[in-house]
Amino acid sequence: MSDAFEPTIIAFCCKYCAYAAADLAGSMRLSYPANIKISQVPCTGRVDIVHLLKAIEDGADGVYVAGCMEGDCHFVSGNLKALKRVTCVKKTLAELGMEPERVEMFNLSSAMGPRFAEIAIEMTDRIRKLGPSPVRRQPQPEAAAE
Amino acid sequence: MIVADRKSLSEIQDMVRDCRKILLVGCKGCVTVCNVGGLKEVQVLAATLRIAAKIEGRPLIVEETVLERQCDPEYVEMLKPVVDNFDAVVSMACGVGPQFLSEAYPQQRFFPAVNTTFFGGAVAHGIWEERCAGCGTCIIHYFDGMCPVARCSKSLMNGPCGGSDHGKCEISRNINCIWDMIVRKKTEQGRLNDLLDIVPAKNWQTARDGGPRQSRREELIQNG
Repeated sequence: MSDAFEPTIIAFCCKYCAYAAADLAGSMRLSYPANIKISQVPCTGRVDIVHLLKAIEDGADGVYVAGCMEGDCHFVSGNLKALKRVTCVKKTLAELGMEPERVEMFNLSSAMGPRFAEIAIEMTDRIRKLGPSPVRRQPQPEAAAE
Repeated sequence: MIVADRKSLSEIQDMVRDCRKILLVGCKGCVTVCNVGGLKEVQVLAATLRIAAKIEGRPLIVEETVLERQCDPEYVEMLKPVVDNFDAVVSMACGVGPQFLSEAYPQQRFFPAVNTTFFGGAVAHGIWEERCAGCGTCIIHYFDGMCPVARCSKSLMNGPCGGSDHGKCEISRNINCIWDMIVRKKTEQGRLNDLLDIVPAKNWQTARDGGPRQSRREELIQNG
């Protein structure tokens, strides 16, 4: 892949942990790649399989869900549900011939600003190595006439 | 409810490989309850098929809709304005759905996206189990509310057989021996003697063995 490849990565971040950690990373003046587009969710349990697939369909090169530490979910088990859904989407990507590593689940707390930046860097590096999503790699067909 | 499992992606892709525009039709009945063919599952399959087409660089339009039920003509009729706009229609309902659709719209092609498996219920979140075989003559009152037709691997009327092992069926450690459960319940209730009566051979004519079945309720049939 060309060196110029800048992946688009969607991060579904829980308002109680990862989103607050992103805030903290900002306050701490930590830099992390601009490739990460954050979408705040009230709990990662709100993130459904269809949201992850939609992001891939619309051309995201990578998608991740960042929720609370296991056992610390504000809504008890939302993060565990999210993990199962991420695992399910990984299987779907494998069926589609895509790299399952394009989708990932992370756990962190609101106090972990540096970890938020680390995850963003880790995910960006990972997707850079994988290259653009095959959804974007193919010349897209013209939409049907009607 | 009727329980189903979604077909593999590759099987569905093979069905619609020559199509450029398809309609995915879900059902708000049983398949919504067993999380295989409701609105959410329609959205997931549609997104997956679109991603697959994009990867292959193949043009494919997938539209989504969900009917109240696909086993009632009045709801099936609702597809009339759009059904001919597609190369094919993929039904996510049980096996009844695509058949009602194809009877209503003989000019269109219909494909099933799910494998219809059994009549059952959810024993836990994400786990469904068979409870009824639709044999047409219910006999569960003889067995304290448990059906050996659906739940015994051999559908034995006078069990258990020698394959009952510590409450499990010999075919799988995941399957309870229903005859073990029946005997336990009868014992707990002090009615084990009930099982001394030999249950005669079951008449299977009311089941599938009697051919395709029809249920008629004269008081509901509207003439003309």
